[in-house]
Amino acid sequence: MSVKVYVPCDTTAVSIGADRVAKRIAAQAAAAGRQITLVRNGSRGMFWLEPLVEVETEAGRIAYGPVTTGDIESLFAADFLHGGQHALRLGPTAEISYLKNQERLTFERVGVIDPLSLEDYQSHGGWVGLQNAMALSANEIVAEVKGSGLRGRGGAAFPTGIKWQTVLDTTADQKYIVCNADEGDSGTFADRMLMEGDPYCLIEGMVIAGLAVGATVGYIYLRSEYPRCWTTLSEAIRRCEAAGWLGENVAGSGRSFHLEVRLGAGAYICGEETALLESLEGKRGEVRAKPPLPAHVGLFGKPTVVNNVITLASVPLILARGGKYYHDFGQGRSRGTLTLQLSGNIQRPGLIEKAFGLTLRELLNDFGGGSASGRPLRAIQAGGPLGAYVPSHDFDLPLEYEAFAQRGAMIGHGGMVAFDDSVDMRRMARFAMEFCAEESCGKCTPCRIGSVRGVEVIDRIAQGQDREANLALLESLCDTMQHGSLCAMGGMTPFPVQSALQHFPEDFER
Amino acid sequence: MIARNVSSSAARAGQVDEAPTNRTPNGVFVELQTHLGRDPGVDLGTPPSSQTNLVQVLIDGATVQVPAGTSVMRAAALAGIKIPKLCATDQLAAFGSCRLCLVQIEGRRGFPASCTTPVEDGMKIATQSLRLAELRRNVMELYISDHPLDCLTCTANGNCELQDMAGVVGLREVRYGFAGENHFDKPSAEPKDESNPYFTFEPSKCIVCSRCVRACEEVQGTFALTISGRGFESKVSASAGESFLDSECVSCGACVNVCPTATLSEKSLIQLGQAERTVTTTCAYCGVGCSFNAEVKGQQVVRMVPNKAGGANEGHACVKGRFAWGYASHPDRLKEPMIRSSIDHPWRVVSWDEAFEYAASEIRRIQAKYGRKSVGGITSSRCTNEETWLVQKLIRTGFGNNNVDTCARVCHSPTGYGLKQTLGESAGTQDFLSVADSDVVVVMGANPSEGHPVFASRLKRRLREGAQLIVIDPRAIDLVRSPHIEAKFHLQLRPGTNVAMINGLAHVIASEGLIDEAFVAARCEEPAFHAWREFVLRSENSPEAVSEITGVPADLIRQAARLYATAGNAAIYYGLGVTEHSQGSTTVMGIANLAMATGNIGRRGVGVNPLRGQNNVQGSCDMGSYPHELPGYRSVKDVATRQLFNAYWNTEIDPEPGLRIPGMLNEAVAGSFKAMYIQGEDIAQSDPNTQHVQAALRNLECLIVQDIFFNETAKYAHVLLPGSSFLEKDGTFTNAERRISRVRKIVEPLAGLADWEVTMGFSRALGVPMHYHHPSEIMDEVAALTPTFAGVSYEKLDRLGSIQWPCNDDRPTGSPIMHVEEFTRGLGKFILTEYVPTKEKVTRKFPLILTTGRILTQYNVGAQTRRTDNVVWHHEDRLEIHAEDAAERGIADGDWVHIISRAGETKLRAKISERVQPGVVYTTFHFPESGANVVTTELSDWATNCPEYKVTAVEIRRSAEPTAWQVDFQATEQQQAELKSR
Repeated sequence: MSVKVYVPCDTTAVSIGADRVAKRIAAQAAAAGRQITLVRNGSRGMFWLEPLVEVETEAGRIAYGPVTTGDIESLFAADFLHGGQHALRLGPTAEISYLKNQERLTFERVGVIDPLSLEDYQSHGGWVGLQNAMALSANEIVAEVKGSGLRGRGGAAFPTGIKWQTVLDTTADQKYIVCNADEGDSGTFADRMLMEGDPYCLIEGMVIAGLAVGATVGYIYLRSEYPRCWTTLSEAIRRCEAAGWLGENVAGSGRSFHLEVRLGAGAYICGEETALLESLEGKRGEVRAKPPLPAHVGLFGKPTVVNNVITLASVPLILARGGKYYHDFGQGRSRGTLTLQLSGNIQRPGLIEKAFGLTLRELLNDFGGGSASGRPLRAIQAGGPLGAYVPSHDFDLPLEYEAFAQRGAMIGHGGMVAFDDSVDMRRMARFAMEFCAEESCGKCTPCRIGSVRGVEVIDRIAQGQDREANLALLESLCDTMQHGSLCAMGGMTPFPVQSALQHFPEDFER
Repeated sequence: MIARNVSSSAARAGQVDEAPTNRTPNGVFVELQTHLGRDPGVDLGTPPSSQTNLVQVLIDGATVQVPAGTSVMRAAALAGIKIPKLCATDQLAAFGSCRLCLVQIEGRRGFPASCTTPVEDGMKIATQSLRLAELRRNVMELYISDHPLDCLTCTANGNCELQDMAGVVGLREVRYGFAGENHFDKPSAEPKDESNPYFTFEPSKCIVCSRCVRACEEVQGTFALTISGRGFESKVSASAGESFLDSECVSCGACVNVCPTATLSEKSLIQLGQAERTVTTTCAYCGVGCSFNAEVKGQQVVRMVPNKAGGANEGHACVKGRFAWGYASHPDRLKEPMIRSSIDHPWRVVSWDEAFEYAASEIRRIQAKYGRKSVGGITSSRCTNEETWLVQKLIRTGFGNNNVDTCARVCHSPTGYGLKQTLGESAGTQDFLSVADSDVVVVMGANPSEGHPVFASRLKRRLREGAQLIVIDPRAIDLVRSPHIEAKFHLQLRPGTNVAMINGLAHVIASEGLIDEAFVAARCEEPAFHAWREFVLRSENSPEAVSEITGVPADLIRQAARLYATAGNAAIYYGLGVTEHSQGSTTVMGIANLAMATGNIGRRGVGVNPLRGQNNVQGSCDMGSYPHELPGYRSVKDVATRQLFNAYWNTEIDPEPGLRIPGMLNEAVAGSFKAMYIQGEDIAQSDPNTQHVQAALRNLECLIVQDIFFNETAKYAHVLLPGSSFLEKDGTFTNAERRISRVRKIVEPLAGLADWEVTMGFSRALGVPMHYHHPSEIMDEVAALTPTFAGVSYEKLDRLGSIQWPCNDDRPTGSPIMHVEEFTRGLGKFILTEYVPTKEKVTRKFPLILTTGRILTQYNVGAQTRRTDNVVWHHEDRLEIHAEDAAERGIADGDWVHIISRAGETKLRAKISERVQPGVVYTTFHFPESGANVVTTELSDWATNCPEYKVTAVEIRRSAEPTAWQVDFQATEQQQAELKSR
């Protein structure tokens, strides 16, 4: 009997040899006359264990990792195809504490199924949400999403149901669903993992969104740095069209929904929703002033839902199991699960999907296992390059939107980058300004000029020139950028700078 | 914009004489919904809202009531509250980039930008606070940290918004210093781009507000500018980093107009410095009739700035009106009257009086010898209404005949005839603004992007908003496909088949039940309509039959007809491609038929709209320039009208119609017509069959030419009376939308007399003295004698800015839209429009059809534009030819070719082009040496004699040899130059 062997096709796994491992396993099996079925699954999100090879046994899936090509021979020798003992054997995948302690809802199928197998998707609960949605009115779908408490996972955390309601209530001859897959924040990879590991989930979410607001066309705006997502999504869309999940008559409902992937061109700012829309229209990626909101005047001037990948991918489950089911996870106004992406100076980087409420310390220690260097952690940067630095004495902060906001920090897209005590926070502050200078669209003055001046002022501080005056000027500049900028790019660039100044003033005095 | 009309109807209801104010008696500030009384110098920051429901807000304690959708900035400005701004201007959509206009709104977080924040009912807004002041100052500090501090020597000194705002926010220091990264110091600054002849681009002074880019997109619609790079590297770029001259820029000046700094500056401003006064006047180029604020220093124009309050252009302009006015002070200008007894004799400079006496004595001598009707004259569509009035008056009273015609003969006479027959008035039905309400626009035989650029910009804006476009033209004009514009249908018909096409469209409309029966029943003559319906339904007018004639697929004709008839508000705009045919008048009537049949007349967004070629074609026709009509299109045969004029002028008007231009020329060739007085018209270049015209002129015993230059016609003249440019006189022009606008004297006439004074002098010498002290008195006479002008006066023009006739007691402020309740003639009249092919047919000998047109940078015969830097864009006429036809004849791009017709032969360089279809060649006639009209024929419109410029059968041959005509032209040119310089 053929044995199923799983080797991830996920970009992270591939970057450290998963393709070579898969190839070697296939060759070795052929040589040994062993019948195997090689499945290229998504990643389980335990990056320190990648390439993580799984074998399907009677006792469930058994994991081995990190596997290199040099290990294949010994794995075969250890009869890993039947779950045999080996130094790399991690036991049943589901029992690995890193996974076991998660609450995987959105990522339920990621790493489990063959991403492009419609059969796998359906047998793992796919399309149930869409089928349920088809039996509902538009308002009922929106109500379900509202009831789930789902908020935008791209960073702004705006209630998804309310956004959808706005688009639904706006009359127009054409509406659009736009998926923001321009995942540009440093230390984030959840969108990519989902698109590579469970593309149909995103597609299903977008179709449901289309039904909910009356949109018949969707676009996935994908960053060009994700070539594997591009191939996976394109193929997934092709298969959905062939199978009738997309097109003029979605699943025989008589409703139409067309979906297309469009590639970005490497600009961070195009992850900002209005710049994204400009870029999608074929224009220079420049931020639009709001109002009007995209929900009223969006793509090509039409009402448009712009949602992040994870937001849209959370929708099928909400429609499948009900808004209440989702709402039961989390706490306060932060409901459901959060897909945290842990990276930086950390022992066990990866993706952790967990109900809101976990503390940073639990995340960093229980999941992350502390710093990779073994030195004490000094800070984390939460929510991407525009997020504040949270100092170690604040690590008991629960991962919850409001709690973070109260500390002047933000969860954003869920990226958490860890730093040990060797970090120079003045350099990190400079980096924030530098990043803004590099990525500013150039439309508004505080961002365009302010970021460049920010770098210069910090350099003067570093050189000890008029330190007090320049520190005051830096504060003043941060204030100007925060309150004067057109969009969040310039408006939030001060956050890492101010938090560095506030929590680590000593770094600016050296 | 829609709302504006509401208020002007309110004005009509009797408020017209009150000084406009935007403060109500109970102290509430409101949107002033008219240009009337608005100070164009005040920039309200964002355009008016198009919504109608009003909301009330409190701004710094002032109550303001404005339409929903109005920005906080504009609402504040209406109450006189100035919020600092740099990227905002009321000519462009709000952008929100400069961040100076931040305000605080009660109950809202942060500091929203007032330009991009719409008012909401009950909003309480503070525009000033210490916190706002701090933010604004700090933003300005960032600007100035990247700006050269050479204010004292800067072009914009005295007119710099950046400097003004730095002052307003109280910037006192730049804490960042000036040593940081920047765009202004020697190593960083990009070189100044001086490639455009009229303006410079100095990147080091740019604040990246994007106004220029937005103006190029929103106002002009060319999309030549962009911001390249991002962040601190963001910079304005013409096309893909090209120089302005090499880029797609059409030099309309919209970017220069909105630039808040010295980055984009007129070269004339750089040279002369800021002006000391402003005079509002009207452009003397095309029939759009843009209003300009001439900025003047002494007797010197510093720059021409398009007037925001100008009804026709609303602050926009084109390369001609905006920049190409330097001809007015060109050394070629005629400055002294001259006479000679024969065209072989040298010119003699004389006094004005001697010139008048000589001209008058010659006229009297010739009349004595050849008869009263052996003399005549031509009024100018470039001169003012008042001047035109005087010339036709002189001919009717001084010459004692009706031998007066105007250059409209050769352009829009079929419009006058066709629209009079069908609708009852010889004029377009709409104002330009109307196109903003169109859902589908038909452009037929017109090329607005080249010929009427400011209207084209309006049209393009509407098309970008979603209106659909049908182009009916043998050539793929710019509108067929240009940035963000694409015609839904381009009916690329064979030249000369317009009538068949119109009939085909009518057939579809009639046969598919698309006629607006209710409109027709209520508004049109029934028997004529039935006859028409029967006529268009004939099989010869079916799309299939028409397809055979026009070469346009039947299916396209069907779809276009359906779109026109069903898309909502449908407007037709047409030009000389309609009129300049043997069936020009028929097509005009066919167009009017279509509009009536579909009910597309009498409201905004619809209508029949002739795009007039010259600034005052409408006016010259209105002023009685036709040999059969007295002013106001009243027949000379009408006794009552004649009596009215006889009494007022104390004369006896000849009851017989006079000669048209072709008639005068024919009679001159025949020897019975001997003298002409031609004001501001160069028939030796502009009229068809040049050799025939030249022969006629050579036969005259006295040709009196009044012009600002020694033009082609002047080579055959005996009396030269120096004309005055539009900058040198007072008067009015009437544009294509019947808009009467003031021309105001800015400098003294170069030769001492304005044109109206010259005509008076000539008339006095003829023994028929005229008594006017100012052109306003002439207009008073026009008003007294012409019902459609009854309510027009200079005083009212000064007050309202402009007036669209009819203006009378019923319509004291004029009539933007005509035929609203009923047609001028009562019921509209359908007229049968049978297609009769032109006699000008392609043969084995002349297998191609030559058609003619215009180019943006040159104007008509080019007398003005050739004497400006506009020649950098177009310095010679070229013959466009399709690659297939060129290949067949071994012609490569740039080769010299001969164009041979049965009328003559001339020589041009070829330009291989996909804009023309195989079988059709195309050229312009802006340069006299091109001799484009040497090949055009004397065939003309059956009703009005408008020449068939648009269809000439020709053969093209590759040859660099000079043609006989050109050899002769050069010889005459040289001879006349010598006679003039002696």
